[in-house]
Amino acid sequence: MAEMLRVNNLVKHFPVRQGFFGRSRGKIHAVDGVSFTLEENQTLGLVGESGCGKSTIGFCILRLIKPTAGEVWFEGHNLVTAPPETLRQLRKELQIVFQDPFGSLNPRMTVAQIIEEPLLNHLDLSASRRREMVAESLSMVGLLPEHATRFPHEFSGGQRQRICLARALILRPKVIICDEPVSALDVSVQAQVLNLLSKLQRELKLSYLFVSHDLAVIRHVSHRVAVMYLGQIVEEADVKELYSRPLHPYTQALLSAVPVPNPRKRRRRILLEGDVPSPLDPSPACRFHSRCPNAMEICREAAPPLRSINEDHQVACHLYDENRPAPAESGNKKTLPAIPGGNTTNQTM
Amino acid sequence: MGFFKQLLRNKLALMGGIVVVILFAVSFLAPIISPYNPDTINVKEILMPPSRQHPFGTDELGRDVLSRMIWGSRISLKVGFVAVGIAVIIGVIIGAAAGYYGGWIDDLLMRFVDMMLCFPSFFLILAVIAILEPSIYNIMAVIGLTGWMGVARLVRAEFLRIREMDYVKAARSIGASDLRIVFRHILPNALNPVIVAATLGVAGAILTESALSFLGIGVQPPTPSWGNMLTAGKNNMEIAWWLSVFPGLAILVTVLGYNLLGEGLRDILDPRLKER
Repeated sequence: MAEMLRVNNLVKHFPVRQGFFGRSRGKIHAVDGVSFTLEENQTLGLVGESGCGKSTIGFCILRLIKPTAGEVWFEGHNLVTAPPETLRQLRKELQIVFQDPFGSLNPRMTVAQIIEEPLLNHLDLSASRRREMVAESLSMVGLLPEHATRFPHEFSGGQRQRICLARALILRPKVIICDEPVSALDVSVQAQVLNLLSKLQRELKLSYLFVSHDLAVIRHVSHRVAVMYLGQIVEEADVKELYSRPLHPYTQALLSAVPVPNPRKRRRRILLEGDVPSPLDPSPACRFHSRCPNAMEICREAAPPLRSINEDHQVACHLYDENRPAPAESGNKKTLPAIPGGNTTNQTM
Repeated sequence: MGFFKQLLRNKLALMGGIVVVILFAVSFLAPIISPYNPDTINVKEILMPPSRQHPFGTDELGRDVLSRMIWGSRISLKVGFVAVGIAVIIGVIIGAAAGYYGGWIDDLLMRFVDMMLCFPSFFLILAVIAILEPSIYNIMAVIGLTGWMGVARLVRAEFLRIREMDYVKAARSIGASDLRIVFRHILPNALNPVIVAATLGVAGAILTESALSFLGIGVQPPTPSWGNMLTAGKNNMEIAWWLSVFPGLAILVTVLGYNLLGEGLRDILDPRLKER
């Protein structure tokens, strides 16, 4: 499988300024050393709770915000350092669909004007050719040609998201970054849009970076999944592997929170206590240690690196460090390769 | 468009709108509807009270007050719109640059706005007109050049808000240039508060022009303007009330009309009050 997009050690810090002279009070570590690879014609799901930096990664890749450090390799160019004109050219192949279908369409433009705008910016085509391509793009996303003359406010959320997709597709991109594309939609409409996305992926050989907080959605669309916590990837694996054998305590807690459509099934929930720590100048410790049911001495001292368990499963947790000094506290040993709900020794219900 | 329906429902705004439309009609039709030449002196009919021949009476030179007021409305209209036009153009450019680029450009431009706001503008206008010669063009330019700060602040605030909208990010990701983003995506969505401010600004400009003309440094006689008619009228206030009352009423009604229309537009255009 060919590599489509590679992100190396991406970092985005937002300085927090305060006071009259804008003295920097510290930095929000929104994204802190994230690396991953998106393969051709595949979907990489990026999952995590609100504020963990998922969307920031998407924006950094497109350079809608400028990353603090790191590399984004696409088509042999590093997008982080690419000069403006190169960047403009590369954005033809790299598109984005936003979360809010009500905010991502200019309310004063007709659907045709919205969808043909990429053509105006990039290609020099006749008006009739543009009209054809708009109609083609509309039919690809399941809308009708006569929708072209209407305004965005005349459409429902799902239809608006289809318009966004039509705009993203008209230049025939290779990669689409889906920034929570269905989380603002009703569940029934979600399914339609997700199926449309899969269909388009098959037909147009698209690669998706799919950002979401919804584990069920991620499972449905992704080939690989990366779990994020506070600006870092804590676990990355093939979708089947991750959902059947989650290793990181955070992933286990997340999966145990997914509702199961069976009222009789008794499940062990892992309830995390406390809140996400502040991303403002985090300590060098493991970021999850304050909420982790398995926290050990070493977790308070050093952050675990992301290491491979097998060829397509990586996790950042001291529990799986083979070289780690023998655990002083007992009670953690049996939690090692646990299934969700299996290692809830010190949680409250 | 629900716009006109909403305007019809808002009675005060509708009244303001009607006043404004009538003023436009009067000033455009001045040569047709004014019963006399505004500059014709008639020594036989000095200071005549309102009558069948002269509905608003005549002044101390025997000129028809109604005709002079009809021609004077042209001055008000011109001053109002040109001055506000200048103010809006400057305000939009400065506000757009500050709001779009942010950072030190924003700081610099906004401190300049603060500085301009520190001048008591009426006295600035007085000083400038005293140095330059008083003419209608100087008045328009000076009122415009001292009145753009509010517009700049409004436009900047709107740009700061809209700059973060997803459709602007989307525009950037599909390769739109800065100019295209500003003029196609942000500006059209930022204009509603500017329209309201401009309407209210017209009232302010008309009032300023009248005040300047009243003080004798505005529109110079014999060109009729409501302000200088008031000045002329005050000399004969005890014996000829109609010389001051009718131009004064005209100024009052005009300013009220623009203000009501502006307030009404604010209610109609405010997206927070919209049901959509």
